[in-house]
Amino acid sequence: MTTRATINGSARNAGEWLGDLLTGHHGRRLVIALPYLWLLVFFMLPFVIVLKISLAEVLLGRPPYSPLWQYLEDSTVQIQLHLDNYRRLWEDPLYFIAYLKSLKIAGISTLVCLLLGYPMAYAIARTRDSLRNLLLMLVILPFWTSFLIRVYAWIGILKSNGLLNNLLLALGVIDHPLALLHTDFAVYLGIVYSYLPFMVLPLYATLSRMDLTLLEAAADLGCRPWKAFLRVTLPLSLPGIIAGCMLVFIPAVGEFVIPDLLGGPDSLMIGKVLWTEFFSNRDWPAASAVAVVMLVLLVVPLALFQRAQEKSEGKPPL
Amino acid sequence: MAQPKSAKAPQEPWRDPAAKPFVHIDNVTKVFDTTYAVDGVTLDIYQGEFFCLLGGSGCGKSTLLRMLAGLEQPTSGRILIDGTDMTRVPPYARPVNMMFQSYALFPHMTVEQNVAFGLKQQKHGKGEIRERVDGLLELVRMMPFARRKPEQLSGGQRQRVALIRSLARQPKLLLLDEPLAALDKKLREHTQFELVNIQERVGTTFIMVTHDQEEAMTVSTRIAVMEAGRIEQVGTPASVYEYPASRHVAEFIGAVNSIEGRVVAQEGERLQIRSESLGCDLVMVHKQPLPEGTPVTVAVRPEKLVASEQAPAIVYNTVKGVITDFAYLGDVSIYLVRLPTGQQMRVQLTNLARLTENPLTWDQEVYLSWLPDSGVVFPS
Repeated sequence: MTTRATINGSARNAGEWLGDLLTGHHGRRLVIALPYLWLLVFFMLPFVIVLKISLAEVLLGRPPYSPLWQYLEDSTVQIQLHLDNYRRLWEDPLYFIAYLKSLKIAGISTLVCLLLGYPMAYAIARTRDSLRNLLLMLVILPFWTSFLIRVYAWIGILKSNGLLNNLLLALGVIDHPLALLHTDFAVYLGIVYSYLPFMVLPLYATLSRMDLTLLEAAADLGCRPWKAFLRVTLPLSLPGIIAGCMLVFIPAVGEFVIPDLLGGPDSLMIGKVLWTEFFSNRDWPAASAVAVVMLVLLVVPLALFQRAQEKSEGKPPL
Repeated sequence: MAQPKSAKAPQEPWRDPAAKPFVHIDNVTKVFDTTYAVDGVTLDIYQGEFFCLLGGSGCGKSTLLRMLAGLEQPTSGRILIDGTDMTRVPPYARPVNMMFQSYALFPHMTVEQNVAFGLKQQKHGKGEIRERVDGLLELVRMMPFARRKPEQLSGGQRQRVALIRSLARQPKLLLLDEPLAALDKKLREHTQFELVNIQERVGTTFIMVTHDQEEAMTVSTRIAVMEAGRIEQVGTPASVYEYPASRHVAEFIGAVNSIEGRVVAQEGERLQIRSESLGCDLVMVHKQPLPEGTPVTVAVRPEKLVASEQAPAIVYNTVKGVITDFAYLGDVSIYLVRLPTGQQMRVQLTNLARLTENPLTWDQEVYLSWLPDSGVVFPS
C-alpha cells in the first residue's frame, strides 16, 4: 500500500511539475528563453569565434591561424592576442575607403528606397480593399524567384548588348551602347530593387493601421491636406520609417553579391573586401577583424539611436 | 432639466418668423452608391441653440453632421452657415469645428499640443496660443494633465480634451458626433449637464448627433428626429415627447402603448374610436376632422395610464386586465398588463409612498384608464 501510494504520488508530482513548467512562471521563462538560446548558439557563439580569430595570426596550416592560448610545459598558459589585424585596418586606407563607400552606398540606397517606398506604401494602404491585396501580392511576388537569379537578370538587362541598351538603340535615343553594367549606378539599382519590399512592407503596416479620422480631425482644425500629412501622417508613420530604413540599411552595408555581380572595380564595398580576404587571400584573421569592425560600426550607433528613441517616446519605437 | 436659461420661453427664435437662421440646410441629399443616406433635408438652426439630431443607427444623422463639417459633399442641395454658402467649402476653410465620436486625439501629441493644434494653423502669437490653451484647460479642469499623452488619460478626460480642442478656434458652430457614447452612465449624465454649462458660457451654437433620446431631451433646445434619411419632426423636447408627429417618433422617444382602432364618430375635438384589440370604445382629443371608418393608431404613454383595483368612475378609456409582469425601479414601477383580447399594455406608476411591498402584484386584476387628452391619434 505504502509503495503504491508513493509511486502514485511521484507520478502525480512529475505531471504537476510538467504542467507548471508549461503553464506557470516556468512556462513563460521557457518561451522567452528559447529565442535567446537560439541567438546565443547561432549568433553570439559564432561572433565570439570570429572575435577570437580576429585576434590571431595567419599561419599556413589547418586551421590557417594561430591558437589564442597555448599550454606550455612549465604548467603555464600563454595567451597571445595579435592586434596586428586591427592596426592594419587602421593603417591601410583600402579598408577605410571600403567602409566609407559601403556606408555611402547603403545610405543613399536607403534614402532612395524610402522615397520610392513611402508613396507606394501610402497608395497601397489607402486604396480600396479589392485592389490592396493585389498590390501587396505584387510587392511580395519577386521573393518567389531566387535573389541571385534576379540579380543575374539585371546583368542581362544592363550589359552593353543587353535589353535596355538594345531598346534605347532601337528607339534612337542613343547612338552607341551606354556603359551601365559594372558601375556604381548598377549597384545602387540592384540594392534599391532588391531591398524595396523591405521598405514598403513595414511602412504599409504602420500606414494601414493609422486611424483616418485623425486626418479628418486635422482638416477640421484647419490643416490643408499637405500640412495634415506633414503634421499627422508622417510623425505617426515614423516607427515604420525607422523599421524600413533599418531593414534596408543594415543588410545593404554588408552586401556582397550585388556589388560583386553588378559593380565595377571601384564599387569597393566592405562585404567584397571581406570575401577577398577570406577566400582569395585566405587571411582568416584579417577577414574576421573586418567583420568585427563592421558589426561594431553598425551596432553602436543603432543602440544609441534606440536608447534616444526610448527616452523621447517613453517606449521602444518598434 | 438642464435647459439653458437663455433659451427659455421668451427667446425661442424658431417661433419668430422674422428671425434669421444661423445654419440653413436647404433640401440636402446625400447618395452613397444607390442608398439615400440623407434624403431632401431642410432645416433651420438658430444662433445659440443646442440642437440635437436624434435617430437610430443608419438614419443619416451622422452623414448630415459630416456634411456640415465639410467631411462629406452633398449630392444636391445647399448648406448656408451664417449667411454664407458653405456647400463646396473644404473643411479646413469652414468656421466650424467638430468633436468626433472616437475623439480623434492625435496620439503623438500631448494634451496641450492637441488643444493648440487648431490655433497653430491660424496666425496667432505664441503667447496668445499659450494663454488660450491654458484658459481652455482650466475650463474643463485638465490643467494638471497638460503634458500627458492621450493614451495616459481616462475616457472622461479624453472626452474633455476633445471638447476643448474643438472649441479652441472659437468656431461659429460646434458639431458633436455622439460625444458621450463612450462614457459610462453616471459620467455621461454628469457630462450632459457640463456640456450645457459650457455651451452657455461660450455661447457657441452646438449641433449634436445622438441615438440616446434621454440625452437629447436633457441637453437640447430643439430636437430633430430622423428616420431613413428624412426628418420626421423638429421641436422642443417637450413637444416632441407629448405631441409626436408620427407613430415612429412616438415609439422612438420614450415608451408608448399603441392601440389600433377605427373612427366611429367625431363631435368637435372629441373623437370616438372603436378598438377591437382593446375590446372597448375610446374617446380621444383630436383637432383635425377624420371621416368615419378611418383606421387610426392611438398612442398613450405608460405614465399617462392610471391603474386601480376598483373600477373608475368614467366609462370610456377604461379596460380591465391582468398583471403579467412588473419591474420595481425605485422611483417608478413598470407593469405589463394583458387584456382579455391579448393586447399588452405598459403602465408606469410613480412610487409616492415608501413601501417595501408593491400594492399591485402578479396575476392581479386591475383597471386601466386614461384621459381623452393624454394621448395622440395618428391616422394609419
